[in-house]
Amino acid sequence: MSPEILYTAEVILNGLMAGVMYALVALGFVLIFKASGIFNYAQGVMALFAAMTLVGIQNGQVPFSHLINAVFGTQLHHFGWHLPAIVAILLTVVVMIIFAILVERLVLKHLVNQEPIILFMATIGLAYFMEGFGDLMWGSEIKVLDVGLPKGASLALEEYTVGWATEGSQYYGMYVDKLDMVAALVAIALVITLSLFSQYTKTGRALRAVADDHQAALSVGISLRKIWVITWCIAGVVAMVAGVMWGSKSGVQFSLSLIALKALPVLILGGFTSIPGAIIGGLIIGVGEKLFEYSIGPMIGGATENWFAYVLALFFLVFRPQGLFGDKIIERV
Amino acid sequence: MNIGSKMASNIQPGEELLRIENISLSFGGVKALTEVSFDIKRGEVRAIIGPNGAGKSSMLNVINGFYHPQVGEVWYCGQKRKGLKPFQIAHQGIARTFQNIALFKGMSTLDNIMTGRSTHMRANMLSQAIWRGAAEKEEIKNRRFVEEIIDFLEIQSIRKTPVGRLPYGLQKRVELGRALAAEPVLLLLDEPMAGMNVEEKEDMSRFILDVQSEFGTTIAIIEHDMGVVMDISDRLVVLDYGKKIGDGTPEEIRNNQAVIDAYLGVPHE
Repeated sequence: MSPEILYTAEVILNGLMAGVMYALVALGFVLIFKASGIFNYAQGVMALFAAMTLVGIQNGQVPFSHLINAVFGTQLHHFGWHLPAIVAILLTVVVMIIFAILVERLVLKHLVNQEPIILFMATIGLAYFMEGFGDLMWGSEIKVLDVGLPKGASLALEEYTVGWATEGSQYYGMYVDKLDMVAALVAIALVITLSLFSQYTKTGRALRAVADDHQAALSVGISLRKIWVITWCIAGVVAMVAGVMWGSKSGVQFSLSLIALKALPVLILGGFTSIPGAIIGGLIIGVGEKLFEYSIGPMIGGATENWFAYVLALFFLVFRPQGLFGDKIIERV
Repeated sequence: MNIGSKMASNIQPGEELLRIENISLSFGGVKALTEVSFDIKRGEVRAIIGPNGAGKSSMLNVINGFYHPQVGEVWYCGQKRKGLKPFQIAHQGIARTFQNIALFKGMSTLDNIMTGRSTHMRANMLSQAIWRGAAEKEEIKNRRFVEEIIDFLEIQSIRKTPVGRLPYGLQKRVELGRALAAEPVLLLLDEPMAGMNVEEKEDMSRFILDVQSEFGTTIAIIEHDMGVVMDISDRLVVLDYGKKIGDGTPEEIRNNQAVIDAYLGVPHE
């Protein structure tokens, strides 16, 4: 095989891995949008908040320590423990569940039956509030997130593939980040779990029912408020997974919340209401932007990854506004 | 036994199950219902009829809690009902179908009818997530009941079909199935035969009468087809412009001058 083909394969593989990460974020959007028709602008900040909380809990940081110290003149900073990753993750899940309940109680409950745009505005408010709240709680410095996931190049794959190129050519094997591989596996496991849950349990059925028709769901005895709390819990957990993966990759900092913007083109491709769409959309964007950067990028000065996804989304908006898998919008007149 | 059947356990057939007392409902300035009162006895088929816009659907929406009337009381199983949410009312044993079918279109017939069992399932989310013991047993038990309903409504062949793809008449039947799955004490049917042909109407009438005789379910039905309504109902309430203008057996309603006027369009004074 010529090195060019192998390079292309490597680019595609890396694109798929990146795509999985985009899909993870998009998944959180789809879950909430399907269940309640809310476009949750705060999804990215939820990922950031979950990652911050995880780091904070793991390192035994005292929450609100700056505030407490400023008010009471104390010198609190750390509890002095360092929790194992799994315990910290479970505690973060608990925090995200409490968060979901609070969102329902304090925000959504009061906005039932309002226009979608009003709910959307509420989630924008929620996003900014959480951003500030997260900083207040855990401090705004850039944090290192380490839950023991493997990092760096996979040497085994490099060694395995180095012999594939034709003899005499310069080829050093395929480069794939181990973290990306783990992220892909986790995302796949998460999606399988979610789809099994929604197919084969009573709550899953209720979630699908609410996504389909609110009134009918009420009439068979499903409580919308309960389902919304559950949806936000699941979205919170998905946000946490996304936050952990992105956080391990590039540190926990404000820019983590901007990955939500990368999820927008994914949603436009996949459709706002389709879980498989979110995954395939993520993969297409991941592979597309890496391939574009590799093949066309050098000709036009590079850095195409910054805008490629949005331009692709624009084309979709023009030619197929419901996305690849989204429900076709048919309005009765 | 769920909350609904427990509540209704001391109401004998022929005794009053639900009483609507002096209900007035308005939206902004528009009066949908004005001082309407009537009762529904356990085990009967009670029809609510009237010209378009008479307030029939509003009446059903009041009974199942989608609308809360500004004035008046709803008495259910001998208790005065206070501001309950629709899903809580569903738990009290009141199931319904809708005028414009409200099924979960993306889900299969089986899943749609299974959602109707919501009021009979108790296992909590954690045990469902782990999918063991109680939750599994409960799922199987309810699944068996749902299969009986599918047999009863003769829709075995479409068990796995997403309901969005079914023809109109079958969708209506699935919706009835979902309501029946709740084993309701009181079943509200909003125009179950609208848009059906004669044959489908006959099928539907037969199912309704079978439900009444086999399960002893009380049924409140809105229907426009006078022939069918007079055949299957025990008593009728007639609404016109949100007011009650007639109440009685089919025979009495047929000879009621106010009703005849409303249907023939005699101008109001």
